[in-house]
Formats: sequence, C-alpha cells, structure tokens
Amino acid sequence: MARHFVRSEVLAARPAPRRPFDPIGWLSTNLFSSPLNIAATVLSVALIAKLLPPALDWAIFDAVWVGSSREACVGPGVGACWAFVWAKIGQFIHGHYPVGERWRVDLFFVLFAAGLIPMAIPRVPFKRLNAVYLILALPLVSLLLLYGGVFGLRVVPTSQWGGLLVTIIVAAVGIATSIPLGILLALGRRSKMPVIRMLSIAFIEFWRGIPLITVLFMSSVMLPLFLPPGVDFDKLLRALIGIALYASAYMAEAVRGGLQSLPRGQYEAAGSLGLGYWPTMRKVILPQALRVSIPGIVNTAIALLKDTSLVIVIGLFDLLGIIQSNFADSNWASPATPATGYIFAALVYWVMAFAVSRYSLFLERRLDVGRRH
Amino acid sequence: MTSVAELTGREPVKRPPESRPPRARVTGDAIRALLIQLIAAGAVIALLVWLGVNTATNLRRQGIASGFDFLGERAGFRISQTLIPYTPDSTFFQAFLVGLTNTLFVAALGILFATIIGFAVGIARLSRNWLLARLGTLYVELIRNIPLLVFLLFLYKAVLAFLPGPRQGYELPLGANLNIRGLFVPRPIAEPGLMMTAIAVLVAIVAAILFYGWADRWRRETGRQLPVGWIAAAILLGIPALVFYATGSPVAFSYPTLQGLNFTGGLDIYPEFLALLIGLSVYTASFIAEVVRGGILAVSRGQREAASALGLRPGTTMRLVIVPQAVRVIIPPMTNQYLNLTKNSSLAVAVGYPDLVSVFSQTVLSLTGQAIEVVAIMMGVYLALSILTSVLMNWFNARVALVER
Repeated sequence: MARHFVRSEVLAARPAPRRPFDPIGWLSTNLFSSPLNIAATVLSVALIAKLLPPALDWAIFDAVWVGSSREACVGPGVGACWAFVWAKIGQFIHGHYPVGERWRVDLFFVLFAAGLIPMAIPRVPFKRLNAVYLILALPLVSLLLLYGGVFGLRVVPTSQWGGLLVTIIVAAVGIATSIPLGILLALGRRSKMPVIRMLSIAFIEFWRGIPLITVLFMSSVMLPLFLPPGVDFDKLLRALIGIALYASAYMAEAVRGGLQSLPRGQYEAAGSLGLGYWPTMRKVILPQALRVSIPGIVNTAIALLKDTSLVIVIGLFDLLGIIQSNFADSNWASPATPATGYIFAALVYWVMAFAVSRYSLFLERRLDVGRRH
Repeated sequence: MTSVAELTGREPVKRPPESRPPRARVTGDAIRALLIQLIAAGAVIALLVWLGVNTATNLRRQGIASGFDFLGERAGFRISQTLIPYTPDSTFFQAFLVGLTNTLFVAALGILFATIIGFAVGIARLSRNWLLARLGTLYVELIRNIPLLVFLLFLYKAVLAFLPGPRQGYELPLGANLNIRGLFVPRPIAEPGLMMTAIAVLVAIVAAILFYGWADRWRRETGRQLPVGWIAAAILLGIPALVFYATGSPVAFSYPTLQGLNFTGGLDIYPEFLALLIGLSVYTASFIAEVVRGGILAVSRGQREAASALGLRPGTTMRLVIVPQAVRVIIPPMTNQYLNLTKNSSLAVAVGYPDLVSVFSQTVLSLTGQAIEVVAIMMGVYLALSILTSVLMNWFNARVALVER
C-alpha cells in the first residue's frame, strides 16, 4: 500500500529576496569590492571628470545654435558651430542636386524607407512582394526619378548628386549586389570542381588582399583603359562597380563561415532524398548557412557603410565630401567649423552603423543563432 | 575519413581476384562538370584577353608608355618624410622604397599601439568593476561605428591643425612639445661605445634562454620551482643596464629648443604622421578589444573551475590555463585586424602622409601617367603582404591548433 503525504499546514514564509534595487549592496559588489576594484573606480571617475565636462561644454553649453554667418561662431571660448550645420543641412542631404528638384531626392528617401522598414519588421506580411519591390522596382524607379529625362523630369547628371543621397546609394547598391555575388563565390570556393574553386579563391583573395583605396583608384583610372575606346562610364557607376566587387569578396568569406558550420549530414541527407546540387543548396544548405552567417554579413555591411566615405578620394561628394567642401565657404569659415562638420558626419555615420548593428543583434536573437547544435 | 578497418579494428576482407573493382566509367555528371569548368575557364580567359586587347589599344591611342622602365628614371619630386635617404634626384624605384618603408613603419607602430590599447580596453570590458566595464563598452561602440576616414580627417584638420604655434605649444613631460608643427620629442644620439650595450643585449637574450632551459631541467629533477620569470627579466634588463653604465652611458639626447619661431634639435614627429598613427591605433584597438574579449570569454568557465579545483592560484590559472586557450582563439582574428590596419594605412592619402599609396597614386601617377603599372605596384605590395601574413598565420595555426584524434 502506498502511503500518501498531504501537507496539512502552510510553510513558514521565507525571508524576502533582496530588494530589486539595493544601492549600497550594488555599490559594494560592483564598485568597491576590493582594493583593485576601488582603484579602477577612482581611475574611471577621474577619466570621466577629465573628459566629460569639456566635451559637454564644447558640444552644448558653449555651442552656437543660431546664427546666419561665421560671425556667430568666431570668438574665444566658442564651442561647436551647430548653426553652420543647420544652415547647410539641405546640401548635406541632397548634395549639389538643383534646389528646385530636391523633392525628387526626398521622394526617393521616402520610397526607400517605405520598402526597408516593413522589410525589417518581422511581423509585417507580404515579405516576398516587399523583396521584389526593394530589389527590382525600387532601383528602376529611383534611377528614373533621380536621373530624370522621362515624364518631363529634368535630367540631373550624377555629378550633381551628393551628400547623404550618394552615401545611401553607394551603401545600398553595394550591399544589395555583394550579397548574391558573395553567396555564389562562397559556393564556388567550396565547389568540387577544381577550376571553379580555384577561380573563386583567386577572386576572393585578390580583392581581400588590397585596400579599398587602390580599388577605387583602379576603378577611376584603370577601368576606362580596360573598356573599348569610346565607351565611357559614369564616375559614380565606376565607384559602385569597384565597391560591389570588393565587398562581394568579404561577403563570400562571411557566407563561407556559415557553410562550414553545417554538418556534412545535411548534404548527405539532401543527396539521399535525390536532390540535385542547386535544389540542395537552395532548400537545405543556404537557409541554414545564411542564418548562421548573419553576424558576419551584417559586420561586412556596416564596414561597407563606413567605407563609402572613401569615395571622396576619387572626387565624389558623398556626405563626408560635401561637408568637407563646405569648410571652404568663406561665409562660414571659422576655427570651429571643421570640428563641427566632422563631428556631425561622425554622428550621422554612427547612428546608421549603430542602428544596423543593434538590428542584427535583434535578428540573431529572433532566429536563435546563439544556440549551437 | 575513417575506413571500415579503423572503425572495426579488423583487417578488411580480401576480395577474390575475379571481382576486381569496376573500371571508372565516365558518367554524365563527370562530363557535365568538365564542361562547366571548361566554359568557366574559357569565359575568364576570354574576358582577360578582351580587357588586354582593349587596354593595349587604348594605351597606343593615348600614347602612354608601358613597362616598368620608368622605375629607373629620375623621380624629380620631394617627399616630406623619409626614413631612408631620398632626394628629388633619386629614381622612382627609390621613391617606391620610401613609400614602402613609410607604410611599414606606420603600420608596425600602429599595430604595437593598437594591441596595447585593445588589450587594455578588452580586459576593462570584462572587469568586475561596473564603471570600468561601461567605459570599455563606450569606447568600443563609439569608435568602431565611425568611419576611420572621418576620424583621421577630424584629427588632422580639426584638432592638430588648430594647435597653437611653436611659441605657445603645449609643454609635455621629458622636454617634449606639442604644437602646430608637430610633436617634438628628445632625440637619442648614439655615442661610441653603444655597440657594447648592443652586444650585451644579445648576450642577455642567450643567457636568459639557457637559464630557462636549465631551470626547467632542475624543476623536473628536484620538483622545486624557481621564480623563472623574475630571474629571466633580471637577466634581460640587468646585463645590458650594467654594461650601459659601465661604458659611461653612451647616449646623449638632443632636446627640442625654441629658437625664433620654431624648434630646433630633437625629433619632429609631423602632424600627418601623428594623425595617421593615432587614428589607426585608436580605431583598430576598438576591434582588437572585441577580439580579446571574445577570446577570453571563449574559454569555458569549467576550465577556470577545474584549475582552481587543482589548487592553482589565480595568476597561475591565467598563465597556464586561460591564456594558452584564449590565444588559440584570438590569434586568427587578431592577424586579420593587423592586416586591416596595414591596408587602412593607405588612408594616409587623406592626411598627406607619404605612404606607398599617396606617393604612387598621386605624384607618380600624375608624373608618368602609367596607371596600370602604378596600380599594379600598389596592389602587388599589399597582396604580397597579405599572402605573407596568411602563410605565417597558417603555420602558427598549425602549431597551436588542438591536436584532435
């Protein structure tokens, strides 16, 4: 006979857990637990006390917020000249795009955001349609919209494009073309066919071995020599080609990492189901490998976003280029102007890069990449 | 691949001679693979030939010379900073060497500083001290999300360009001075007799190695452990120091002194170099910090616990258990960062430091017009560097890799 135990009285209450926020306890464990720890705290506080007040003074308290010319920003003890940024913000965004036509650039930003934001939110449906819009419709529409020449739109040559517009275009086109190219290269590098493998390795290692600056120089001075006489390329397009090829080699390495992490059993299972090479890749291998590669792909994308600033060395006016060119404006030239301009540029790049990296963390957690099999 | 024999531990059954394996037959798949490869190879070759023919035509039309003969000609331009003797009368090849040494110099120093800062920040991020860890995180997240070029231009054109003139420069310890002309530091001057100290350094290194071997044998025989690290350090520092003083300290310093409107004497570190070095070091350090942090975190907790269960002290645990395992994880991405730093040093072109790319892509290109040769030389150098690094890397990796069964 089994004996049953039924509790008849209530257990005594246990002591309450520590308060959710216990300042003294927290301080003593996190800041003052040992002599070394105390030293670290003192050092940190000293560092903050040394750096933070001047930085705040410069950026906020001593900064010039309003003004219409350099007069406002000249003088002793003047910090950042935000009035300069405010006065030039239109140019920073649109570059030398004709002022009357700036709505076209704004419309492009709206169309771009309308495609990107729903794509980035997992809950929004119609992902396939959204992707078609982003990859096929948007580039075509944007080209017509920005370049013009149809529907009575004035032609605006790419030499007048600039500012944030060029930064976004170079980054977006670079990322969008380098991912598929990178996947093909990564597959090629793991191919069983020696010629394909060798060609892929040579391509990847070549582009990874040289600095982006030389790539840009090559695309600006050598590409015209490579093409049949008379064929000339747009300068922006030349930079785009160089950047896309360069980035695809890095994408390939990011994807290769994902491919290598898959156990062989996946290939064998697909093979035993009778799937050929491409169906195996498309339905079995790539969905898993790309998921693992997300951190690498996003890192490459962020690096690419930052590297777009290098196009100034071949004379394109991206965000950094247009800001720099405005330092020469005699109406605004002051000792505070360059620092303000560069800090503003840094802030814009920082916000974009940081947002992308946070989004990738969110995506990783959602797809549960952290779990290792 | 393990064969059946290895798995079962039995000799494979010998096939009777009549059932020889069938001869390899050419299957449809094999033919298809061959065809694909032929087409790919053909396409690449056709593309290269097409590009070559176009280039040849273009060069002929524009009357541009080709070949590397120009390397032997007189360069005829100045270079502001050189490590090796160079005048405008030198050849283009010597200009190339100047650019190359300048690149390697800034890269080597950058690697040194980036590693030091990176380790400090990476370890700070792992600190139990909340404030210090946050500061480390702030550094990493702030720096690595800003383009290096923006950072360099900010340093060069917004900070160093607005330093006070030599008369009002910032006085730094040891007689150094920071002003708009650059950072002036005392320059050591070798005097006769320094050779003895150099020899003493070599002797000390040999002695330290011999001592290390002897201490190891002694430990195995007697089981007693000497403070090897301290004694080795004492040998390495002590012998050269003794010789240095015994020979009468044969190093003099030339201090920068203000004469009229500028400093004379000392060593002037130009703002261009300073901006590039600071930029490269601080930027790359933010990536190295993450590499270091990742490497230390990759060593599982159990390792530390096992070490302390064996009675190892924290310092010993770090040295014998954690670091050797972390290094294995850290080295490959670290090399990658070193390579990135070297490639990023080409941004020198933006701040006017005469590295390989700025000497070649700007001056030499405009003087000779030989775009293909100039770009080929630049790319060749960086490719050679990166191939050399990956060869070294693979060799090192093979040495430290886990020996797996």
